[in-house]
Amino acid sequence: MRKTGTTITRRGFGAILAAGLMATSLAACGNSDTGSEAGDSKGDGQIVLGFSQVGAESGWRTANTNSIKESAEKAGIKLQFDDAQQKQENQIKAIRNFIQQKVDVIAFSPVVESGWDTVLKEAKDAKIPVILTDRAVDSADKSLYKTFIGSDFVKEGRLAGEWLVEQKKAATGPVNIVELQGTTGSAPANDRKKGFAEAIAANPNLKVVASQSGDFTRAGGKQVMEQFLKANPKIDVLFAHNDDMGLGALEAITAAGKVPGKDITIITIDAVKDGMQALADGKFNFIAECSPLLGDQLMDLVKKVKAGEEVPARVETQETTFTQEQAKAALPTRKY
Amino acid sequence: MSTARTRLAGVTGHRLFWPLVVLVVLLAANTVYRPSFLSVELKNGHLYGSLIDILRLSAPLILVALGMSLVIATGGIDLSVGSVAAVCGAIACLYISEQPDQNSLGGVLTAVAIAFGIALLLGAWNGILVAGIGIQPIIATLILMVAGRGLAQLVTSGQIITINSEPYKTIGVGHLLTLPFAIIIALAVTLVVALLTRRTALGMIIEAVGGNAEASRLAGVRSRRITFLVYVVSAACAAVAGFMMTANVSSADGNAVGLWVELDAILAVVIGGTSLVGGRFYLSGTIVGALIIQTLTTSVYAMNIDPQTALLFKAVVVIAVCLIQAPAFRARFRRRQAPGVPPAAPVEKQKEQVPA
Repeated sequence: MRKTGTTITRRGFGAILAAGLMATSLAACGNSDTGSEAGDSKGDGQIVLGFSQVGAESGWRTANTNSIKESAEKAGIKLQFDDAQQKQENQIKAIRNFIQQKVDVIAFSPVVESGWDTVLKEAKDAKIPVILTDRAVDSADKSLYKTFIGSDFVKEGRLAGEWLVEQKKAATGPVNIVELQGTTGSAPANDRKKGFAEAIAANPNLKVVASQSGDFTRAGGKQVMEQFLKANPKIDVLFAHNDDMGLGALEAITAAGKVPGKDITIITIDAVKDGMQALADGKFNFIAECSPLLGDQLMDLVKKVKAGEEVPARVETQETTFTQEQAKAALPTRKY
Repeated sequence: MSTARTRLAGVTGHRLFWPLVVLVVLLAANTVYRPSFLSVELKNGHLYGSLIDILRLSAPLILVALGMSLVIATGGIDLSVGSVAAVCGAIACLYISEQPDQNSLGGVLTAVAIAFGIALLLGAWNGILVAGIGIQPIIATLILMVAGRGLAQLVTSGQIITINSEPYKTIGVGHLLTLPFAIIIALAVTLVVALLTRRTALGMIIEAVGGNAEASRLAGVRSRRITFLVYVVSAACAAVAGFMMTANVSSADGNAVGLWVELDAILAVVIGGTSLVGGRFYLSGTIVGALIIQTLTTSVYAMNIDPQTALLFKAVVVIAVCLIQAPAFRARFRRRQAPGVPPAAPVEKQKEQVPA
């Protein structure tokens, strides 16, 4: 029995290795193909941008992808698009491929904040400028990338917190807040938490009584909120780091026999269509926008960086906030 | 004295003993943290409480792990279950979202039937690769694990499909006889699988194939057909799990549905005492394993354990379960004790570790 076991494992391991090799060789084929394409287009003087997207985890991300694709076409920039499917290793692989293809500029939305130094150093050694979009990296060496364009997540958290402080300024007793964090370790989760905490510090009555990760998904938000509701008899406010977790939490709140938007004030971030709908319906109370439509701004930066012009180290995307009335007005023209 | 000790050894030696101890310890730790954890009340005509949440949320995992047990019993493994769940959930939600009346029972049943049919095809694909062509199960199902995720995103066009369909929602959050409908489905499927495998020779045949496929073939078992069958059953279970997961939040997210559920399912099977080598399977153990995993997740939220340390907490508990399950580890531990001390010491150790 034991002998069979070891042989099976060994064979299995060999097969994994073989599959791994196959995958890399396939990827390599892919490279050389696109590489020659990139080379050809270079002859026309067209700028080649290698872009690695996080994935397609939400409507927000899809709008972001579409904005980048449309703007690239409009600006006459050749886009090499890669979907990392939420995995850092895929993204590192994609960036290495871009370096091999000798693209003009590399842009990417980091899946997580840390662990980028090596691959960014490789890009720098190959003299390919890197632009970070939407999410930052925690690298100490700022020379590894040219600029970072994206939302200011700390600001989004702060706007959400400031609105709450304004709403609850008359509150005499404690206001119990529960927080649904994004994916643990991701920049938006860290920063939104920080900004919100900073803003609500202005009123000592506002207190975060529970804070857990709902992984930015509806199922996660719902599952966590169910336990929050059972563990905390008095919840006044829910702050969710994105609309989707808020939407999941809505169902948990309704199932617990409470009225979302009335019994529990709900504040979220993002302003995707489903979230805006909930806001217009009175189920959410406030959304701080996190706009994905940064394509045009990104292409401007790509051109400037390619031309060797100086660019600011930090570029913010244009964003706003929504109350229930503003959501009703904005909903019909919402793109995503 | 000696008979009492043999009886104790008989109880502690049962393969379900240690997993159940862990489950009880987890629940106890929660109750210590919040005494109302175990309380279940009647709300809107159905039961409401953390325990009920655990039952409802563990239903998809139980189903997936059930199929996985059978696959593992044949010495195989099915990594594609999470993707199959995502594909089937997405297809069902897409079909419903295109109906003029999303609440029509007929439309929902058609959606579920179509998606279930696709699941059988996907399972048959795995089965052909493994039993027909003879590819290593881990590689054969890896293909669908990766491709299926893409397929799910293709079906949803990378968007989250939101539906508003009461009949479909029932699969995930509905109630029957005050209990969550999902857990009733899961238990019904378990019962059917248990009857089919343990009241007929099917279970033994599956184990025979897992023990030695060639020997069982020479003994007259159509081992290829059995291997093919378990992958189809596994995909069917995954499909129903996919319906539950998407119905739970009334939306299909091609990226998130069933993500990593294959690993949780394998873990549930292993915690339940089924060896990855194949040749044996324990359905009751698998169910306890699935309950432990869901209880662990719920505990993290209920006890508000810092998300940064939650993964470590889970890992410590899982390692503890696996270690105290291993007879070799327990034997080594017992040898260090003074003779005559009953094997209660490992329980103490477990109790210390869990609340940490």
